[in-house]
Amino acid sequence: MSNGLLNKVGIPRLIISLFLAFLVAAAFSYGLPMGQIFSAMLTRFGMNSLLVLAMIPTIQAGAGPNFGLPFGIICGLIGATLAIEMDLRGFTALFFAIGISIPLGAFAGWLYGLLLNRVKGQEMTVGTYMGFSIVSVMCIFWLMAPYSSPEMIWPYGGDGLRVTVVLDGRMEQLLDRFLSFTINGMRVPTGLLLVTALCCILLWIFMRTRTGLAMSIVGSNPRFAEASGLNVNKYRLIASTLSCAMGAAGIVIYSQSYGFIQLYQAPLYMALYSVSAILIGGASLQRATITQALIGTFLFNGLLVIALPVANVAMDSDISEIMRVIISNGIILYALTRKEVGGDAR
Amino acid sequence: MTGIARLEMRGISKQYYGNRVLKGVSFSLGKGEILSLVGENGAGKSTLMNILFGMPVIHATGGFDGEIYLDGEKAEIRSPEEAMKLGIGMVHQEFMLLPGFSITENIKLNRETTRASLLSKIFGKPLRWLDMPSMKTDARVSMDAIGLGIDEMLPVKGLPVGHMQFVEIARELDKKNIRLLVLDEPTAVLTESDADKLLEAMKILTNKGISILFISHRLDEVMAASDKIVILRDGEQIADTRPAETTIEKIAEIMVGRKIESTEMRGRPVESIRDDYILQIRDLSVAMPGETVKTINLDVKRGEILGIGGLAGQGKIGIANGIMGLFPSAGTVRKNDKPVLLNNAHASLGNGMAFVSEDRRGTGLLLDDSIEFNIVATAVQVQGKFMKSGAISTFDSKSVTEYAKKMIQDLDIRCTGPEQLARRLSGGNQQKVCIARAITLEPNLLFVSEPTRGIDIGAKRLILDHLIKMNREEELTIIMTSSELAELRSVCDRIAIVYQGMLEGILLPTDSDRDFGLMMAGEYHKFHGKEAV
Repeated sequence: MSNGLLNKVGIPRLIISLFLAFLVAAAFSYGLPMGQIFSAMLTRFGMNSLLVLAMIPTIQAGAGPNFGLPFGIICGLIGATLAIEMDLRGFTALFFAIGISIPLGAFAGWLYGLLLNRVKGQEMTVGTYMGFSIVSVMCIFWLMAPYSSPEMIWPYGGDGLRVTVVLDGRMEQLLDRFLSFTINGMRVPTGLLLVTALCCILLWIFMRTRTGLAMSIVGSNPRFAEASGLNVNKYRLIASTLSCAMGAAGIVIYSQSYGFIQLYQAPLYMALYSVSAILIGGASLQRATITQALIGTFLFNGLLVIALPVANVAMDSDISEIMRVIISNGIILYALTRKEVGGDAR
Repeated sequence: MTGIARLEMRGISKQYYGNRVLKGVSFSLGKGEILSLVGENGAGKSTLMNILFGMPVIHATGGFDGEIYLDGEKAEIRSPEEAMKLGIGMVHQEFMLLPGFSITENIKLNRETTRASLLSKIFGKPLRWLDMPSMKTDARVSMDAIGLGIDEMLPVKGLPVGHMQFVEIARELDKKNIRLLVLDEPTAVLTESDADKLLEAMKILTNKGISILFISHRLDEVMAASDKIVILRDGEQIADTRPAETTIEKIAEIMVGRKIESTEMRGRPVESIRDDYILQIRDLSVAMPGETVKTINLDVKRGEILGIGGLAGQGKIGIANGIMGLFPSAGTVRKNDKPVLLNNAHASLGNGMAFVSEDRRGTGLLLDDSIEFNIVATAVQVQGKFMKSGAISTFDSKSVTEYAKKMIQDLDIRCTGPEQLARRLSGGNQQKVCIARAITLEPNLLFVSEPTRGIDIGAKRLILDHLIKMNREEELTIIMTSSELAELRSVCDRIAIVYQGMLEGILLPTDSDRDFGLMMAGEYHKFHGKEAV
C-alpha cells in the first residue's frame, strides 16, 4: 500500500476497517444469521449517529470533541421521562420529548460554553469531569424528582425513578419501524435512517451559513478570527449550545430505538463512545466533517454489533463490552498523542 | 592599551541556508576597552554575538568560518557553557532572572557557596547547605562594584527594570574568571538616568580590566562609552572608527547608507498629493507587547502611500494593529472626518479599512484551510459576500472558486489550485493570499505590515508592484509598515519614522541617509532642532 493512501485513510481507521471485515467474514463462515447482524448494524448506526454528529460543532469551533456531552444527554433524558410522566404515546410522546430536550439541552450547552471559554486549552479534561459531575448530581435528581408515573418509579413505590425505564408501548422503536422493510432477512430501519439523513443535511446547511463558517474560522485560527472582526467566545458558545442540544435530541432517538431510557450512571461514558467514534472516522481534535462522523459511527458500532455473536461462537464469552472499552479508550488515547488523525487528502 | 588583544575575531563569516548574514567581520578589543557594535536590525550583530557565545543555533546550521582568539589563544567555542568557562559573560536583552528568588540567589544561581551538612556527608555534594552569609557577601561585592545600592536580599520580582538589568550585570561580574562581557542592548528598557548609571558602571568594570562588547541603538551612548566603534550593515563590516574621529551624524549615515538610486524611488512629489486627509490619528496609544505605541499623531493623505519605518521594538508595528482593533488602544482616530471606533476589529473592517498582518502565519492565514476560503473568509464575515441569497443564506462555493481563480491569476499565486491548503504554500505565495484577502474587502485604506519579510526577491517585487498598481489605478491609500528602509524608500511617497512609541518625524524618500539614520536612532531633533516635513 502506498504511503499516500495510508496517510489518507489513517492507521486507526484502516486497522478497524480490516478488523470489521475480518469479523464479518468470520460471522459468515460460522453460518451466523447475517440478515439479523446487518440490520442490527444499521440500527446501531442510526441510534448513535446524532450523538456523534454532536461532536462536530465543538471540534470545528476549536473547543475539541465535546466531552461534556452527558450534560446535553441528561436534558434529553428529562425530556423523555417528562413525556411518559404526562402519559403521552406514539409520535406525540417522541416529538414532545425532543421538543423539551432541545431547549433544555441548548441552555445546558450555553452554560457549559461559558465554562469552556474560561478554560481554553483544557476543554477536554474539564469537559470530562464536568460530564462526570453532572451525571452524579443528576443521580440525586432522579431520586428526588416528584415523578409519579407507575411505569417509572420503583415498583415498590416511594420516590425516585428506576434505573431503566421501559418504553414498550410508548415510543419503543417508533422511528425504526416507520416505513421499515425487509430484504434478504435484513430489516432496514427506514425512519431512523431518514432522521439521521435529515440531521446531516441540517447540520451541513448550518455549517455553510455565515455563523457556521465563522465557527469554523474561530476553530481554525482564533487570531485570524479576531482580525476578521469575529467574537471568538461567542462562536464557541454557539458551538457548545448546538452540540449539547444535538446530544439531548440524540439520546431521545437513541432511547426510542433501544426501547429503554437508561438513567443514573448510564450517560457517564456516552461522551467517550461518541468521541472515539468520530476519531475512528478520521476526524482530528481540530477538524471534523459529517462524513467522518458517519463513517466512524458505522465502523465503531458495526464492530460492537458483530463482535458479540462471533465471540460467542468462537470463545463462548462476551467480549463485546470489553472491546468497546478498549477501542473507545484506545482511540482517544491515540488521538491525544498526535496532532493529526487520519491526515488530509490534499 | 597595548599587547595582546583580549578578544580578536578574524574573518568571521556565517551563512544560514545559503544566505550570507556575516561577511568576513574582523576586529580586536583590548583589555579594559569598550567596543560598540552598531547597525540596523538584521545587520548581523546578534549572529556575531551568537557565534561568540557558542549558541546551538550556530552549530546546528553548519557552524561559521573564521577564528576567535581570547588573550592570544585560539578559542573553540561550541556551547554557551564553554564560553562561560572561557570567561565570557553575556547580558541579554530579555532578563534571565528568577522572579521569585532574591537578588543574592539570582546572582549566585548555580554557583552557590555551600558547606557540609549531615545529609551531604551521606549522600554527597548535591545535599550540601547553602552558605547564605558568604553568598550575601559575594553578591554585595558585585553589586557595590557597579553601584547598585539596594538590599541584596530583596526578591527580584517587583524591582524596577533598571535594577533588574544591574542584577544581571552583577551576576556576570560575580563569575570570578570573567574577562569579556557582552551587553546586548542593555539600555533599551532603561530610562535615561538609569542608562547613565549603567554607562558609569561600565567604566568601573573596564577599570577592573574587563573588556566590554556593547550593542546599542542609542548612538549618543555609543559615542559616550566606547573606545572603538564597529559598524555593520547587511553582514558587512562597513567601518571601524573611534568616537573622537567621527560624529553621530556620520555613524547614522554609514549605518543606513544602502545604495538606492533615485530612479528606484517611485514615490511622487509631495506637492502632487493634495492635503486632503483620509485618516487623522491623534494621541494614539497601543498596548502591543514589544511594539508599544505611546502617543502618535499622524495625518494620512488620500491616495498616498505612506511608509512607517523605525527600528524593531520602537512601536511602528503597533500603529496598524491598534487602529485595526487587534490590540488595546486609546486615542482618537478619524477617518474621512468621522471617528473610528477603536478596539473593535469589526468596526474597523466595516469602515473600509483592511489589514495585511506582519504575523502572516499566526494572524494572517487559516493554514489548514484552502486558498479560496482564506481569500474570502473575512469578506464573508464582514460584508456577507459570496453567500447565496435565500431564506437561509449559505456559502456559494462556485462563485468563490471562480473569484479565487481570478485572484490567483492576478497576483500570480503559485499553487496547484484554489483548493490547496494555505500551509503548503511558500512564504511569498502565502503573503499574496493575505493581500488577496485584504483587497477582497475592497478597502479604501489598506494597512500592510512587513509585506516582504522572509520572502524571495521575485515575490517581493511582484507584491510591491501590485501595491503601487492598486494605489495608482484604484486610488487606494496604503499605509505600509516595514523594517526595510530601502523598500519603504522605493515605494512610498512619504515615510514616517517612529522612535520609542512616538513619531520622530516624516521624511521624503529622497532625503539623505544621514537624516534617516538620525531619525531611527532618535537623534534627529538634537541636530536639526526643528520639526521635519
